[in-house]
Amino acid sequence: MKRTSWLVPTIYILFLMLPIYWLISMSFKTTNEILGNFTLWPQHFTLANYRTIFTDPTWYMGYVNSISYVTLNTVISVTVALPAAYAFSRYRFLGDKHLFFWLLTNRMAPAAVFALPFFQLYSAIGLFDTYLAVALAHTLFNVPLAVWILEGFMSGVPRQLDETAYVDGYSFPRFFTRIFIPNIKAGIGVAAFFCFMFSWVELLLAKTLTSVAAKPIAATMTKTASSSGYELGLLAAAGTLTIIPGAIVIYFVRNYIAKGFALGRV
Amino acid sequence: MNKAVNQKAWFFVLPVLVLVAFNAIVPLMTVVNYSVQETFGNNQFFWSGLTWFTDVLRSERFHASLTRQMIFTGSILLIEVPLGVLIALAMPRKGIWVSICLVLMAMPLLIPWNVVGAMWNIFALPNIGLMGKVLNDLGFDYNYTRQVGDAWFTLILMDVWHWTSLVVLLAYAGLVSIPDAYYQAAKIDGASRWAVLRFIQLPKMKRVLTIAILLRFMDSFNIYTEPVVLTGGGPGNSTTLLSIDLVKIALGQFDLGPAAAMSLIYFLVILLLSWIFYAVMTRNEEW
Repeated sequence: MKRTSWLVPTIYILFLMLPIYWLISMSFKTTNEILGNFTLWPQHFTLANYRTIFTDPTWYMGYVNSISYVTLNTVISVTVALPAAYAFSRYRFLGDKHLFFWLLTNRMAPAAVFALPFFQLYSAIGLFDTYLAVALAHTLFNVPLAVWILEGFMSGVPRQLDETAYVDGYSFPRFFTRIFIPNIKAGIGVAAFFCFMFSWVELLLAKTLTSVAAKPIAATMTKTASSSGYELGLLAAAGTLTIIPGAIVIYFVRNYIAKGFALGRV
Repeated sequence: MNKAVNQKAWFFVLPVLVLVAFNAIVPLMTVVNYSVQETFGNNQFFWSGLTWFTDVLRSERFHASLTRQMIFTGSILLIEVPLGVLIALAMPRKGIWVSICLVLMAMPLLIPWNVVGAMWNIFALPNIGLMGKVLNDLGFDYNYTRQVGDAWFTLILMDVWHWTSLVVLLAYAGLVSIPDAYYQAAKIDGASRWAVLRFIQLPKMKRVLTIAILLRFMDSFNIYTEPVVLTGGGPGNSTTLLSIDLVKIALGQFDLGPAAAMSLIYFLVILLLSWIFYAVMTRNEEW
């Protein structure tokens, strides 16, 4: 078992990398090469697909839009979740358990169920096709998750810390921002990572709530796929570029990932 | 832990409450509203009571997509959970390889869902995709756009590719939290590899595995984008899962009443199954 155990993760990672490799390799091929003959790596290496994306505003604005609402969502989610998580981890109050479970049930709501009502709601309040609309809609599943993660991390901080600070004459806001938040930095990082991740990968709501001005890159891709026929190389290049922000974010939180995925509660 | 009772804590929860209530209750009420009314256009609505609910519950179409959904969710849970635990057990515990493994494994989780679908679409194309071409060259008659079995195989393989890492990362987090003393004690007692797994590792992973199974269950039940991009629900209706069917009814045919009733039944099924599972898994612990 011991000597061969490295084989299992290696094979698994190879399996994970194969479709990604195929996507990247396709993004450097010409349409002719893709449709013409089967090649394992690009024979006529081309950057044309990437050039199209970086010069055409409908393409690159898609990235700007996606990153804008994802960032906005992460900021909103973590900011409102911080005090709530503190309340859940430190105090008991009327209906706390029910409230916590109710919050989590929103994580279970199928986006397909909410797509149409969301469209009507955000049109009615005049936010349709703005970053804020998508950012707010994504809080539906990100805020519960952020509260859940942060609560786990906060419960790991001994309550003596709070008490000592009050004895030392700290007011609550000063204690919270100066002492408590630095103590759960890792938790905030992990919560932000999860909010970023789920907002970045979601498409159904983001697509429903936008038309032109805030359209996410993923929606631009589906539209191109259907309108301009079979431009697989372009599609592959756009897909490759959507992997990059995620990869950067993973790199930054790599040391917290294991603990974060356990939501701090192990 | 005995926490202090403090009703003022409600003020801390208030922003979350307002935000989530706005996003959850208003749309949910809209759905409830549609589900009990009949419309003939022109924004005229008539009370229809529970007709839509009984219609949906009796319709064969709903039964068929619910069955497909159950088969899908059941299969991916049966594959992803044991596979995830196996991989987590085989992972290194220390050194630089830990970070490399974790970063590479987390990659699929951060790819937008329609890109996952598109990626598998081109990966599995029978004539120009790597997997499709290789399978056909090996003598398999593989074509996921024509053959139901192949479509299901590709769909499940895609989900295993996409989400097994979540189980791995959670199980791994559970494993590294087991103190060394447990293993030393097991060694002194001469416990077999199997006994260590059965009596130390699995019980210690119970909490994270509960989270993993719950998340996988909820998310696979809600899956929409990936199968739509991969197979579009086809061939025929063979991979039309619940979400896909719902969107077809609501936005394709604009049958708001039946779609709303179906949404609510769908949501209740998820809630009920999650709650049963959660209650069973945590029945011996206080939470």
